Amino acid sequence: MQPQMVMYDEEFQQISLVCERLAKEANAKVVFLVDKNGQLIASIGATENIDTTSLASLTAGNIAATGGLAKLIGEKEFSILFHEGERDNLHISIVGGRVILVVIFDTRSSLGLVRLRVKKASDELNKIFDGLMKKVQVPGAGSPFAEITDDDIDNLFSE
Amino acid sequence: MSFINYSSREINCKIVYYGPGLCGKTTNLQYIYANTNQQAKGKMISLATETERTLFFDFLPLSLGEIRGFKTRFHLYTVPGQVFYDASRKLILKGVDGVVFVADSQMERMEANDESMMNLRSNLQEQGYDLDKIPFVIQYNKRDLPNAAPMEELQAMLNPRNIPYFEAVAPKGEGVYETLKAIARLILTELRKGT
Ligand SMILES: Nc1nc2c(ncn2[C@@H]2O[C@H](COP(=O)(O)OP(=O)(O)OP(=O)(O)O)[C@@H](O)[C@H]2O)c(=O)[nH]1
Ligand SMILES: [Mg+2]
Repeated sequence: MQPQMVMYDEEFQQISLVCERLAKEANAKVVFLVDKNGQLIASIGATENIDTTSLASLTAGNIAATGGLAKLIGEKEFSILFHEGERDNLHISIVGGRVILVVIFDTRSSLGLVRLRVKKASDELNKIFDGLMKKVQVPGAGSPFAEITDDDIDNLFSE
Repeated sequence: MSFINYSSREINCKIVYYGPGLCGKTTNLQYIYANTNQQAKGKMISLATETERTLFFDFLPLSLGEIRGFKTRFHLYTVPGQVFYDASRKLILKGVDGVVFVADSQMERMEANDESMMNLRSNLQEQGYDLDKIPFVIQYNKRDLPNAAPMEELQAMLNPRNIPYFEAVAPKGEGVYETLKAIARLILTELRKGT
């Protein structure tokens, strides 16, 4: 079973900074960070015309499917996927075995540059997530839902 | 596994609709999609074959409202029911918070239901989940058909623990929201335990 996924303000700010820097240094249009279950963690750049929820879910599905393929041929996982389009390209990579980094870029950048910058950003993200996981395991970092009542749940459905 | 985001004050949970081929999993999501107001739903994605059988999954994001200042979001997935898509079913079960088993009430699908239920149990087990310990409800779909088996028979075969169950006619929406609410409630109750 996977550990409980949690995000706090502090780490979110750090993650956003790394993603912003990556977008800038790689000349990318958009940078997304998605968890392996398909939930969006952060998105940076020209995201107005992108359905980010769908993108997150499909990216996770894509990684899950290629991960399944990898196992079939005796690989642990394919840590980088690259999809080339007519205008935009998609660079997908797994960070620290737990989150997925998606970079969308066009001809203003190149695969080589994106690869290089992704590598650097991945190391930084990895450190942040390591810290985050430690924080989550601390006892007392309990769920904010520990106090919810049956009424709270009922209210959710009454609207 | 639910994702608690203190930064955006959201909680995300994953619900998977499981069951044999053609039992009506996709129809459940389609009904919910068609009858939920715009603000509460995202786009529905269906990765399907040309004959509209689920190939990988259907996906529908819903937001139900707030609890204690946290927006509750539910991600609904269906698996492909056809037997030979087992590898895909395993992938979709990853990180699940609650399962809806959609049974096909038709007499001649009894065996398919039973097989799918056993398949669900073993696929969950592979990932360290115990079907008897996670939020779980059963929906007996296609109650409108003349060849629907009696409820006692279905219950005896599929529901020995007598967990919450619902009769449904998914294309008409009968039982659809009842099922969804029941599983959402169980998931939120589980969160309270802080596991
Ligand atoms: N009469 C009747 N037909 C139903 C009911 N629910 C679903 N159907 C029909 O059954 C067929 C299959 O439904 P789907 O929702 O695609 O089945 P599925 O479980 O998603 O199937 P797979 O994707 O192959 O696993 C469709 O033609 C539905 O219209 C029901 O309650 N009554
Ligand atoms: Mg389907």
